[in-house]
Amino acid sequence: MAASPAGVSGFYKVLGVVALVGAAALIYMVKKPKDVSIPANVAVLAADTAGFRGYLLGSDSAAVEVSEYADFQCPACQEFETVQFPSVRQQLIETGRVRWRYRDFPLAQHVHSRVASHAAACANDQGKYWELHALLYQHQSEWFGKRDASGSFRQYARDAGLDVPAYDTCMQSAKYAGRIQASVDEGTKLGVGSTPSFLIGGRLYMGSLSSDSLRALVLALSAKPAP
Amino acid sequence: MGVATLSLAGLFVATYLYLFKIGKIGTLACGTGACETVQLSPQARFLGVEVSLIGVLGYSALLLLALLALQPRYEGPAWPSRLLALLSGGAVLFTAYLTGLELFVIHAICRWCVTSAVIIVAIFLLAVRDLRPVAARR
Repeated sequence: MAASPAGVSGFYKVLGVVALVGAAALIYMVKKPKDVSIPANVAVLAADTAGFRGYLLGSDSAAVEVSEYADFQCPACQEFETVQFPSVRQQLIETGRVRWRYRDFPLAQHVHSRVASHAAACANDQGKYWELHALLYQHQSEWFGKRDASGSFRQYARDAGLDVPAYDTCMQSAKYAGRIQASVDEGTKLGVGSTPSFLIGGRLYMGSLSSDSLRALVLALSAKPAP
Repeated sequence: MGVATLSLAGLFVATYLYLFKIGKIGTLACGTGACETVQLSPQARFLGVEVSLIGVLGYSALLLLALLALQPRYEGPAWPSRLLALLSGGAVLFTAYLTGLELFVIHAICRWCVTSAVIIVAIFLLAVRDLRPVAARR
């Protein structure tokens, strides 16, 4: 396999140039600005919140409304979503006892939260909010530690059945940054300081609740017998 | 020389995929999006290790062996060339396994994985050819 010294020397030079070009290309891809960035603390315009009060599940005529203030990157919210919420949905929402209102409350220390909230808002444009909402929480451990999670969110959008080019356009526009900020402002005014927090019957409950606790609260408020 | 050049190309492909997997690159340049499906699937890990990281290490080893085999003292089918053929043969089998997962389990084909598969097969063929005496190659 050995070649003449002159040939090998020339080859090393060519290989060195190829290595430098390849390394420069990789460095460029790592350093270049990422496609998606959702700014925090933007000015909230009236149009940002017009006709929007959160993502709703359940009957309009439910006796009790529960507002959840949560952060897609918060582990406690993830646990609530995956462990407690299926029972809440089955026992309280689908039975017509509760109308659930999900509000974004991205915490400052969670760098991907606003992008995740925005991804879900873009899914809502296509009528797939709750599908993407569930995927974001289910796969939280996969994207939690990434430097840029937008590729993962895009994949979940595809898995949820979204039109990906339309999703990309929505994400790049950052058009829901104001709506997300309005949600944060609303929670802050109410006294939300941690996630998840719940507003039930006018009272704020901070920290995760079990499905049993929620059920007891709702039954007490609605004063209806258990099914 | 061909093996070294191809190993370097494979190293760049594997490094690119690994940088995506650890979140250093936002999205993969992959027209269909199937690359992300494959890279984010549970099958993108093998025995708890990222497959792309295995690629980085494997191509690095192949590159080092190929450069070693170019040294005059290893002229002919010396141990670096034999090890190169053995390692690239194992890599071809591993690539076949991964391609099977893409086709029959994940149901998505990643173009970068196909590129890597072509590179590793070419490396193997060249490595086997280099085991033969110089006169026999003509």
